[in-house]
Amino acid sequence: MRSPIEGDPSIVFARAKSGIRSSRRTTITLVLATAFLACAACGTKGGSSSTAGPTAGMVSPTNGAVPAAVVDPSTVGSITGIVTLIGPPPAPRLIYMTAEPMCDRQHPTPVVSPEVVVGKDGALANAVVFIKSGLENYSFAAPKDAVHLSQKGCMYDPHVLALMVGQTLEVSNDDQTLHNVHMMAKINPSTNRGQAGGQPAIQESFSQEEFAIPIQCNIHPWMRSYAFVFKSPYFEVTPNSGKFELKNLPPGNYTIAAWQERYGTLEQRVALGANESKMISFAFDAGAAQAANR
Amino acid sequence: MAEAMRRAGVYKFAFATACCTVLLLVAGALVTSNDAADSVPDWPLAYNRIIPPWVGGIRYEFTHRVFAGLVAVLTAILAVWIARSETRRSIRRLGWTALALVLAQAGLGALRVLKGHPALTATAHAILAQVFFIAVVSLALFMSPWWQRELPSLKDSGSPSLRSVSLWTTSIIFLQLILGAGFRHGAFGIIPHMGGAAAVLFFAIWTSRTVRKRFKTVRELRKGAIYLNSAVGLQILLGGAAYGAIVAARTAVQPTFVYVVLTVAHVLVGALTLASSLLLTLSCFRMIGPSDAIETSSHAVDARTARAAGKASA
Repeated sequence: MRSPIEGDPSIVFARAKSGIRSSRRTTITLVLATAFLACAACGTKGGSSSTAGPTAGMVSPTNGAVPAAVVDPSTVGSITGIVTLIGPPPAPRLIYMTAEPMCDRQHPTPVVSPEVVVGKDGALANAVVFIKSGLENYSFAAPKDAVHLSQKGCMYDPHVLALMVGQTLEVSNDDQTLHNVHMMAKINPSTNRGQAGGQPAIQESFSQEEFAIPIQCNIHPWMRSYAFVFKSPYFEVTPNSGKFELKNLPPGNYTIAAWQERYGTLEQRVALGANESKMISFAFDAGAAQAANR
Repeated sequence: MAEAMRRAGVYKFAFATACCTVLLLVAGALVTSNDAADSVPDWPLAYNRIIPPWVGGIRYEFTHRVFAGLVAVLTAILAVWIARSETRRSIRRLGWTALALVLAQAGLGALRVLKGHPALTATAHAILAQVFFIAVVSLALFMSPWWQRELPSLKDSGSPSLRSVSLWTTSIIFLQLILGAGFRHGAFGIIPHMGGAAAVLFFAIWTSRTVRKRFKTVRELRKGAIYLNSAVGLQILLGGAAYGAIVAARTAVQPTFVYVVLTVAHVLVGALTLASSLLLTLSCFRMIGPSDAIETSSHAVDARTARAAGKASA
């Protein structure tokens, strides 16, 4: 025979009132501690990562409140150089696409991650060289032509791209499978869109300068690319030769930065005179990065 | 007779719902470990379809959604069934609370998909999952024949009482799961989670020692303590292995098999650790009287004696 109160949790716990009192105090303390930890953690989030970038040279005045400086074509110079990797490059990392037969079929040979691409004499590809500071008084119009990113063989091409604020980024899907194009921007709005094979290209533009925006396909998690958005046209993504050239630069004192996905960012200060050409180089230390990764 | 069958039916259904919730937790962990949370950018449809293309990460995300839908339906049925058949008001309320939690959880899941902010929304989603799991496990226990039958009222003269110690342990494990979820989704570092593991180990040992010292002969509590200790031990081993896999996977191009297996197992055993501690705590509250009800005895009453006394009075 069951007594009337038997098995009613509310009564079981009511009887326990006094016993719980001390536990309750502890629980409240623990909850407050957690809330504090959560706030502390949230406070450390946000912000974007590293640097700014290379190329081109069309310049135009701005319509901001303070009149922008205008680049005088008769005084421009250039900064050229090379990005290299010192030390042995990391062992190539293979990408396994067996989970997606359509992707796998397109690659008769093993696919290597394009994270670190080293050419002759340590030349480092996919590094972004750009002017981090020194152009604050200038304003530049974005080129009309779009920058293209293609998804082919379940890989992004190019692996790293750079464009200007307001310039169009065009993403096409050349595969016969579905991809999602997830642009994980932190300063600009983050977007995530599905794109079936053969669908019209996705067009995107960014209203603010932002560096190293990861572009990822979460359907195929090995697909990752990076986009840099700059206010100025002085940036370049290094080819396999590792070489770069920042042309038509007005004279001034600049901080030039080079970013590489795995090895981070290096910076140099350069004073460029009128009509001057300077050569610099960036050398990433493979050993230091490997030690940091350990 | 019909009443007993009905009670057994509700209990079995609640138990099945709790089991499905475990599967749902595993499905959710698989989504995170396979980096597939954003593989379906829309909600509640998937690529504007009821069933999306069965490729890549979509398989994990869509399976998670299907299990979530199933658990929501089961919880709704359970809440209605309990509301129509249960005389205990607190249980009826808990049934509706579980339903509200699963719906809130679906809302958080939608927010995670549509708004992003993984550190915040995914952590909240993972924490609410544990809260819902606690609610469903509690419901299954409260509906069980064991809970509803007459049980001896044991006395605990020790200080702090086992009820307090077990409640602290469950609270600490819950906090530890919050820290773990925060680490997994980028809201916290690993240090708070490691500190939490030490605290959980300490409280689990304290609880089992208390059970052994004061209620050695009470089978239910002894078994509860064994389950808790086993789960905590396994979880700490898995935690170490999972952290190793996470460190190794930091430079990996894609989630590795070892990383996925270890991290999902760590999430699963974490939930089971919480469940085992919760069941032990509730059992303590069910079987042991409050400290202030103790008369003069300074020793715990042997369960067998208590059972015999219970039978005699019946």
